[in-house]
Amino acid sequence: MYRYDEFDETLVRERVAEFRGQVARRLSGELSEEAFKPLRLMNGLYLQLHAYMLRVAIPYGTLSSRQMRRLAHIASVYDKGYGHFTTRQNIQYNWPALIDVPDILDELADVEMHAIQTSGNCIRNITSDPFAGAIAGEIDDPRVWSELIRQWSSLHPEFSFLPRKFKIAVTASAEDRAAIKVHDIGLRIRKGADGERGFEVMVGGGLGRTPYIAETIREFLPERHLLSYLEAVMRIYNRLGRRDNKYKARVKILVAEDAAEFRRMVEDEWARSDKDSLDAPLDEIRRIRRHFTPPKFDRLAAESEAFDAARAARPEFDRWVKTNVLPHRQRGYAIVLISLKPIGKPPGDISARQMDAVADLAERYSFDEIRATHEQNLCLPHVRKDDLFAVWRTLDAAELATPNIGLVSDIIACPGLDYCDLANARSIPIAERIAERFADPEEAADIGELKVKISGCINACGHHHVGHIGILGVDKKGEEFYQIMLGGSGGADASLGVITGRGFSSSEIVDAVERLIRIYKANRDDGERFLDAYRRLGPETFKEALYGDAAHH
Amino acid sequence: MKAITANRLYDGVVLYVGPNGGFVERFEQAALFDEAAANAELEVVLTRDTAIASAYVIEADASGPIGREALRESIRRYGPTIRKDLGKQSEAANERL
Amino acid sequence: MATLRITDEGSVVDSQPKGEEISLAQWREGARPEAGRFSLSIPNTEDIDGLAEIVARFDGVILEFPHFTDGRAYSQARTLRERLRFKGEVKARGAVLCDQALFMARAGFDALEIGDGDPAGFIRALAAYSVFYQPAADATAPARVLRGAKREAA
Ligand code: SF4
Repeated sequence: MYRYDEFDETLVRERVAEFRGQVARRLSGELSEEAFKPLRLMNGLYLQLHAYMLRVAIPYGTLSSRQMRRLAHIASVYDKGYGHFTTRQNIQYNWPALIDVPDILDELADVEMHAIQTSGNCIRNITSDPFAGAIAGEIDDPRVWSELIRQWSSLHPEFSFLPRKFKIAVTASAEDRAAIKVHDIGLRIRKGADGERGFEVMVGGGLGRTPYIAETIREFLPERHLLSYLEAVMRIYNRLGRRDNKYKARVKILVAEDAAEFRRMVEDEWARSDKDSLDAPLDEIRRIRRHFTPPKFDRLAAESEAFDAARAARPEFDRWVKTNVLPHRQRGYAIVLISLKPIGKPPGDISARQMDAVADLAERYSFDEIRATHEQNLCLPHVRKDDLFAVWRTLDAAELATPNIGLVSDIIACPGLDYCDLANARSIPIAERIAERFADPEEAADIGELKVKISGCINACGHHHVGHIGILGVDKKGEEFYQIMLGGSGGADASLGVITGRGFSSSEIVDAVERLIRIYKANRDDGERFLDAYRRLGPETFKEALYGDAAHH
Repeated sequence: MKAITANRLYDGVVLYVGPNGGFVERFEQAALFDEAAANAELEVVLTRDTAIASAYVIEADASGPIGREALRESIRRYGPTIRKDLGKQSEAANERL
Repeated sequence: MATLRITDEGSVVDSQPKGEEISLAQWREGARPEAGRFSLSIPNTEDIDGLAEIVARFDGVILEFPHFTDGRAYSQARTLRERLRFKGEVKARGAVLCDQALFMARAGFDALEIGDGDPAGFIRALAAYSVFYQPAADATAPARVLRGAKREAA
C-alpha cells in the first residue's frame, strides 16, 4: 500500500487546519451558509435530511487494518456506530456534527486518510479495480497510476472550480471491474504495438440525467505522458464545459456534441503543452511503484486439503466459497469478497464492530489489506486457501458471510429518501424487500448472476442505468414510484439500460421484479445469464411479462 | 397550514419554529402559521444565520407534515424508515428531548 | 479598489491602479493605448492562446471571476504565464475570496482585487500550505521535485 511521506502528511494536516479555520469562521458568522457551502463540500461535508453527512475518501478503494479500525472508532465516537460504503469506494457517515468534523479529519490524518475532494466541482476520489495486485491478467498495477493521479489532482490550482464534478477511474484488466466507461475519464492500461505500456483514454462517460458510455479519444497514450494528457483534457473541459445549466455541465455533454472536435482540441492543447514540466519524473513513478510491490506470498501448493475437506463437510461454507471467493494470481491464495448485503439490511452499511472484525481478519490473513468495491462490498485480496475456513467462520460470527456476491440480493442501492436531501423516493426498503423475496440461497444460485441497481433520483448514485435490472425512484404527486430499466451493464460490455414503460408503486415493484425473473427462467438457455438472455430475446418478452395481460392474473 | 423547519448549524439536527419564535426539536411543539405569517416568519428565521444551516416553509397541520413533501418531511421528523433505532424516533433521542 | 499585490518580498495592499485600463472589446473596436502604462481586461470566455500578440503590448492583464465557482480564469492565467510567458501583472477581478487566493497565486495571478476583504485573511490564506503536489505557474517546487532533491542529497 501507499504510505505517506512527510510531504503527504504535511499537506493533509494543512488541509485540516484550513478547514478548522473555515468552520470557525462559519460558526462565528464571518462566513454565510452560502459562502461556506462550497467550502464544506470541497471537504465532503453535505447537509442531508437528518444531519450532516461526511464522505471520507478511500483512494482507489484500498484500506489497511489500522485505517479500518480508525473508521470504526470514528463511527463509534462521532457517529451512531456505523458507516456506509458507497459506489465510489468511499465511506460515508450519516450523523456527524459540524463542530466535530475538524477533529474527525485530524483522526483520519493520523492514519493517512482525508476527505479532500469527495464532493464539489473538482476531480473526485480516483477509483480502480478492487482486485488490483491480486487478480490474474493485469498488465500493470492500476494503483500506481491511481496514486499518481490522486496526488496530481489534490488541491489542483487550475481544476478545483470546474463546471461540474469530475470522476476518473483506472483499470489494467480486460475485464472492467471499475466501470471505467461510465466515468468522465476512464483509463485502461494496455500494451502498445511495440510492447510499450500506456493507456487507452476514454472520455465523456457518465450516468445521471443523460447517461453516456465514454468515447475513446486516444487509443494509446505512452504511460509517461499521463499527467500532461490529463491536464490537456481538463483544460479543454474547464474552458468549454457549460456553466449555465448544471444538467449539461458534465464533460459527457461536450464529448457527445462533437467527439471528434473534442479530441482535436485536446490533442492540440496537448501538442502545445510543456510535457517536461507537467509529466511526473520517472523516479517519482518508481517511488510510488515501490509501495505496491507484491506482499511476501508463501510458496504453496495450488490445492489445499484442509480447504477441500471443509468444503465437503460444511455445505454453508461451500456455498459461500462458490459465490464469494475468487481465484488469485498466486498459487494457493484466493480473493475473498465480504458481502455488505445481508438479506433485509441496508446495502453497504457496516457497524463499527464489524469494521473491527474485518480489520482483524485482514491483519491476520490478508497481509493487512482490505479493499472497498464499487458494488458496495469489501474484499480481502490475499487469503491463503488453507485459511479460508477460519476466515469464513469469523465472518459468519460477525454476520458478514452472506453468500450472495453477484446474485440477485447483492443489490446496489443509494441512500435514497431515508437520508438524502435530493431524493425523490426511498431506495433501501426496495432493496431490502427484493433481497427478502429471493432470500432462499438455492433459488438465488439458480437465478445466477443478476445485477439489480437502485437509485432514489435521477442523479443515479445507485448506477441504475448499468443494472441488468435498474430501478429509478420517482415522485408522482407526492407518492413514490419506481421505473424499471433493463439491459444495462457497467462491465467491459458496457451498455445503458432502456426504460420499460410506466412505473410501479412501492407495493407493486417487488412483484414486477419477480415477473422479470420468472420470464427469464422460463426462456433462458443453459447457463445463460439474465443479461445475455435479455440481449438475445429483446425487450418485448420482458415488457410483456411486466405489462401484458397475463401479468395481472 | 404551514410550519417552518430548519437544520441546526452546529450539528444539522432538524428543528421547527415553536410558538414563541424559538426553535424546537419536535414537530409536536412546532407552531402552525397561515401562509403569509409563515413567509414573514421565515424571513426573520433566515437572519439567524449562525443558528441554522437552512430553513424553509412546509405544509403541515396539527397531525404533521402534509402535501407533496409529506413523506420527505415525515422522514425528517422521525428518522430513517429502515432504522427505527436512529433519528428522532429512537428512544435515545426521545429521552434526550 | 483595494488590490493585494503578491511579490517575492511579501504581499502589500494598495489602491493604485497600474496605469490605465482598456477592455479587449475596446481594443477590437480600434482603441490603441497612448504612451504610458496600460492593462488589458479580458473576459473569461476568451481563448488566451489567440491573444498572444495583443497582450504582449500591455503591462498588465485583468482576468475575471464572475462568481467564485466559475474557474475559467485559472486556465487563462496559467496559459498567459506558462505558454505566452507574460511577465506583466496578472490581476484577478470579481469574486475574489480569501479561500481561493492561493489557487489564484499558483495559477499565476500576482494581484488580487480584494475589495473590502480583510487583507490579513488573504495573507494568512496565501500561507496556508507549504506543500504542493503539482507544478503550476508559480515558482514553488512540487513535492515530487522536492522528493527527488531529498533523495539526491541523501
Ligand atoms: S441517486 Fe439521488 S437519492 Fe440516491 S443518493 Fe444520489 S442524489 Fe441521493
